[in-house]
Amino acid sequence: MALPERKESATELRLAGLKLPVGGCTDAARESALTRVRAMGLPSRRDEYWKYTRPDTLVQPEPPRAALFEDGETPMFGDMDRLRVVFVDGVFDPEASDDLDLEGVSIDRIADLCARDIHWAKHLYGKLEQAGQTPVERPFAALNTAFAKDGVAIHIAGRPSKPISLIYVHESETSDALLHHVIRVEPGAEATILENGPAAARFNKCMEIDVASGGKLHLVRAQGRDHERRAVTHVFARLGTESVFKCFTLTINGMLTRNEVVVELTGDDALAHVAGACVGDGDFHHDDTVFITHDAVGCESRQVFKKVLRNGATGVFQGKILVREGAQKTDGYQISQALLLDGDSQFLAKPELEIYADDVACSHGSTSGAIDEDALFYLRSRGVPEGQATDLLTLAFLGEAVDEIEDKDLAAEIIGRVEAWLLRHH
Amino acid sequence: MLKINNLHVKLEEENKQILNGVDLEVAGGEVHAIMGPNGSGKSTLSYVLSGRGGYVVTEGSAVLDGHDLLALEPEERAAAGLFLAFQYPVEIPGVGNLTFLRTAVNAQRKARGEEELSATDFLKEVRARAKTLKIDAEMLKRPVNVGFSGGEKKRNEILQMAMLAPKMCILDETDSGLDVDAMKLVADGVNALRDKGRGFLVITHYQRLLDHIKPDVVHIMAAGRIVKSGGPDLALEVEHNGYADILAEVA
Ligand SMILES: Nc1ncnc2c1ncn2[C@@H]1O[C@H](COP(=O)(O)OP(=O)(O)O)[C@@H](O)[C@H]1O
Ligand SMILES: [Mg+2]
Repeated sequence: MALPERKESATELRLAGLKLPVGGCTDAARESALTRVRAMGLPSRRDEYWKYTRPDTLVQPEPPRAALFEDGETPMFGDMDRLRVVFVDGVFDPEASDDLDLEGVSIDRIADLCARDIHWAKHLYGKLEQAGQTPVERPFAALNTAFAKDGVAIHIAGRPSKPISLIYVHESETSDALLHHVIRVEPGAEATILENGPAAARFNKCMEIDVASGGKLHLVRAQGRDHERRAVTHVFARLGTESVFKCFTLTINGMLTRNEVVVELTGDDALAHVAGACVGDGDFHHDDTVFITHDAVGCESRQVFKKVLRNGATGVFQGKILVREGAQKTDGYQISQALLLDGDSQFLAKPELEIYADDVACSHGSTSGAIDEDALFYLRSRGVPEGQATDLLTLAFLGEAVDEIEDKDLAAEIIGRVEAWLLRHH
Repeated sequence: MLKINNLHVKLEEENKQILNGVDLEVAGGEVHAIMGPNGSGKSTLSYVLSGRGGYVVTEGSAVLDGHDLLALEPEERAAAGLFLAFQYPVEIPGVGNLTFLRTAVNAQRKARGEEELSATDFLKEVRARAKTLKIDAEMLKRPVNVGFSGGEKKRNEILQMAMLAPKMCILDETDSGLDVDAMKLVADGVNALRDKGRGFLVITHYQRLLDHIKPDVVHIMAAGRIVKSGGPDLALEVEHNGYADILAEVA
């Protein structure tokens, strides 16, 4: 089917500015992805899946300029023992990174996959992304597979003693970064991956995660605070029998963020928890789009998304639970809530359930509202000043999402960042 | 201590007058009881004194120890020494009871220019006070009032009162919904705080609370005014004859 003319020309305009990396063993995957991008076209405002979020600035050939932002805070996860893997404007920086040497883990650049003959990664690259294109198209992810300039393959075979920390430094006001990571967790292995930083003026990131039977992956992300940055990210996760995938994302500031998480529960008794907390003030648009497919028996999935919005900020949640035929004993839960700290902010939510099995328990809910006046007065009547009382209630509101982080130190770090944001915004 | 003068209050949202000239003075060390039919304005008086929104003071004043209460924010009134034990304590999911108590205690100390209580000192005091009110460690950890029974909520109010050590305590129907044992616990908690520097305003429907917390003065409120004041006998009279006689007498 031919694309609408406007869509086709916008897509071609974007493609004209990009160069397909060649000479690696991802060539075939990239070419196939490029063909798919051309067939789908990049998103436009008319697309149902982009009804609440304008994709224009993500599509246009050049990224809008994004000023660098010195927050003066200690770096995220700064006090933790971790293996640092640093990218500057989307390019791996070996100088700034630690030696990529950690018991139970091997890490390679995507560009080196051929030279090192890393089979699993060659096969995974683009594969989960492609599978994730149905039933809903995700053209930016295909664009990423085709044109990603850098990224790493992380192979987790054991239980590393510390988290792998992917750090995204933003140095150029006009950087347009495309990063693609592939991750494989072997049976029984377990690791934590951290991500943080603003990354670039415009950031398109794709992560494909394959968790084998009994494997566990914890992903904790904090998207950088640069006010003017824009980002579209995709996580594609495939979960084997009795495996666990837990993903939490904190977003503070950023003009535009679209985080898509696509999970396929393919082995029995697997568990996927996807959570996010965002706090936004003013020119802030945050979109969580989640699609969880239950395709095995006895799996559990949770989607917990909380947004604190003020001064005209916008929050979007599109979340779906698809229970395939035969996926009996599915336990699916989804909640999306916004706390609107003033009348100017808005929350747009589209929760969806689609169920083709009869023995399942699925629930979903979505709310948006202001601070509870009775609770606020109760706290103030005990002497807690209004600002502090509001903060306390705001943190309580985010609690259910933050509680999804298993590691208590990480959770405390996240809460600390939110507290600091709240204090700055009194 | 607390001096309320000719207080007139109407609702903010609609043109409805609720308090029609309340006069009341509570001295340090005294316990005053307010009784009165439902809807006479007792809770409204307690809310207006503590600064809840939705009401407009059209006339009159309320002064606590030299502080013009009506000019202060709710938290400033609390720091000035006012405490209201709510008729319906509010549930706050996600905020732990201990965190809440500690935040409140230290916020008041900070507002008064006092040093904050250390975590250990705070815990020690909370545990001791909770114990006498039969509040267990589990209840202290739970979110504020969430899943508490009616009696637990009221005991939790008294625990807060004890920790905050206010000068002027207003108890709004703290006895309602309590069984005899729970009421005894609450009354003991209140009596333990009786002090010559502290005043109490106890709003209740029933004489039985006043058997435990002996009032110095009893006021009858009707249609937004104090229509009669007297000694403890007045409460007994209400208990036996209801409000009809008194209301007829002052009409
Ligand atoms: N926020 C409010 N909105 C509407 N009516 C109110 C409000 N607050 C109080 N009232 C009315 O004011 C009157 C006094 O209420 P209240 O102070 O609760 O009485 P009491 O505590 O003596 O039973 C009642 O008629 C009640 O309906
Ligand atoms: Mg009442």
